[in-house]
Amino acid sequence: MSEAGEPILEVVDLVKHFPVRVGVLFKHTVGQVRAVDGVSFDLRRGETLGVVGESGCGKSTLAQVLMRLEPPTSGTAKFQGRDIFRMRGSELRKLRRSIQIVLQDPYTSLNPRMTVGDIIGEPFEIHPEVAPKGERATRVRELLEVVGLNPEHINRYPHQFSGGQRQRIGIARALALKPEVIICDEPVSALDVSIQAQVMNLLGDLQNEFGLSYVFIAHDLSVVRHLSDRVAVMYLGKVVEIGTEEEIYTRPTHPYTQALLSAVPVADPTLRGQRQVIRLEGDVPSPVDPPSGCRFRTRCWKAQDICAEEEPELTVRTGGQLSACHFAQEKSVVP
Amino acid sequence: MSAQSIGETEDTGVVPDAPLLEVDDLYVEFRTRDGVAKVLNGVSYHVDAGETLAVLGESGSGKSVTAQAVMGILDEPPAAVTGGEIRYHGEDLLKVSAQRRSDVRAEGIAMIFQDALSALNPVYTVGFQIEEQLRVRLGMSRQEARKRAIALLDLVRIPNAARRVRQYPHEFSGGMRQRAMIAMSLALDPEVLIADEPTTALDVTVQAQIMDLLKEIQTERRMGLILITHDLGVVAEVADRIAVMYAGRIVEYADAVSLYRRPGHPYTAALMESLPRLDLKGHELKTIKGLPPSLLAIPPGCPFHPRCAMAQDRCRTEVPAEYRLGLGRTSRCHFAEEMVGGV
Repeated sequence: MSEAGEPILEVVDLVKHFPVRVGVLFKHTVGQVRAVDGVSFDLRRGETLGVVGESGCGKSTLAQVLMRLEPPTSGTAKFQGRDIFRMRGSELRKLRRSIQIVLQDPYTSLNPRMTVGDIIGEPFEIHPEVAPKGERATRVRELLEVVGLNPEHINRYPHQFSGGQRQRIGIARALALKPEVIICDEPVSALDVSIQAQVMNLLGDLQNEFGLSYVFIAHDLSVVRHLSDRVAVMYLGKVVEIGTEEEIYTRPTHPYTQALLSAVPVADPTLRGQRQVIRLEGDVPSPVDPPSGCRFRTRCWKAQDICAEEEPELTVRTGGQLSACHFAQEKSVVP
Repeated sequence: MSAQSIGETEDTGVVPDAPLLEVDDLYVEFRTRDGVAKVLNGVSYHVDAGETLAVLGESGSGKSVTAQAVMGILDEPPAAVTGGEIRYHGEDLLKVSAQRRSDVRAEGIAMIFQDALSALNPVYTVGFQIEEQLRVRLGMSRQEARKRAIALLDLVRIPNAARRVRQYPHEFSGGMRQRAMIAMSLALDPEVLIADEPTTALDVTVQAQIMDLLKEIQTERRMGLILITHDLGVVAEVADRIAVMYAGRIVEYADAVSLYRRPGHPYTAALMESLPRLDLKGHELKTIKGLPPSLLAIPPGCPFHPRCAMAQDRCRTEVPAEYRLGLGRTSRCHFAEEMVGGV
């Protein structure tokens, strides 16, 4: 995995608000769900950027906006220097080849009435320049082999495969158009432990083989550490801390990152009761009406008056990573 | 409600000094269109007051079916218990009357589920669902039951319990719903609580809160807790003893410290090695090749042999017996002793 890769995707101040509408005949907007609220990051060629956060933090909305499945409210995302939200026509078609997505649930993301060959080959119908008609079946067989499935199963249907195999089908489909960036939205969360490792290794091998860049979205912090070069931690629509995998896991500075890491159970019974665990009180506030200033302040043990008045900027504070906390301080929480 | 007071209402087969809950050589089949699926093939475990037994396994290993058999909530048919005993205070629940079974289910053994939203009834308030059992089982009046429901919600640390008791499940967050379900399961003061993946659907910070709460309540009330999960991390934090299940059998049974220090079955060892770790940036994760077997056609010999790195000819033909590895520790592997270092 290259360290010095140039940015392939540059996201600046990305915002996505969903209106909250009430009324039956005369709908009017009463508020905004601030799902993604000013997110910036770079993705470099050949690297994996992990995005972690709990449900409702906006990580899946981020994926949808980057895929141009949802229009952004504001902000830009440049792919190889060009803003993806301004692309039209043939340029947009080319973009759709270059950025692909792997979804969480391999049961609902594959059409049950299509054979595996049709599912993986469908992208070629839309982008015939990638594989002319005569070559498609060969290409699909190659893809099946690349993801570790038997090419002879090309005429089978999704229900004839196990969960892990279906996720491989989803990965083959994402690879069909030779993309440069793959957005993985919780790709292993629905799989059993023994299958999860197989799929994670496959994603790693494919990255090395094809020089792919991944945005790897997951809630499982161990999985993210295993695959990521850099990690962004999200809370209520904002990135609260971003840095290299080592900075985030061994020297986190944001209280939310620290709480999140310390809450992960450790598979070692001899550490029971010896580990310091930061317990957060209560639930995540509503993204319709987020707290003023720092959004984490309502659950934070370090909160002071300034946290309610002034929103902490995401900037270098201590160590190499960017942290959005007025009182950022390194603290090791992983044993 | 203790077993004794249940015993007063009906003549029961309660045996003094017997373990609190004991599953003994349980067999369950599912008769499906495609054939007979052998879902449980001789499962035995027990839990005593104040103790936590973790049942660890992947999807289809039979961990939830065992719990459903204990609760008597299997869908029969297609499911059928074809052998074994489930003893509660020494009394075989598979032989008692439907009425007695229902009494035990209400007052002796309670269960909470993974998905609290679908386990709660969406058209009744949370309060009503807690009060229902108090009114039916204990004959409480509406007001008494309401007071008790509020106290229970307080106990599981739901803020504003007096207001929350009148709300519907959809008005609760995921963590709150799981708390409400715990409150409901505690209403009749059970001796055994079966928690089936209680935190799998929750975020990690909420998961930590719920596990703390369960531990605390268990210690206070000296409940036996059976925790069903696939999460090796959660198990390491709370379990006293662990039963690892594979293809409808318990393949390893051990106390938590010994099991994590030196697994006595290749499946347990492989599971641990395939787990990405928070404290290490690993390179290649070890994987378990292949898939868990179809329960319609469990391989002969050791059911794990097609995926096992240690498999020998003997494993393909001979079903491993339960080898004893010291105090209360067993493994169903021909090479169990080698695994733990020839002890």
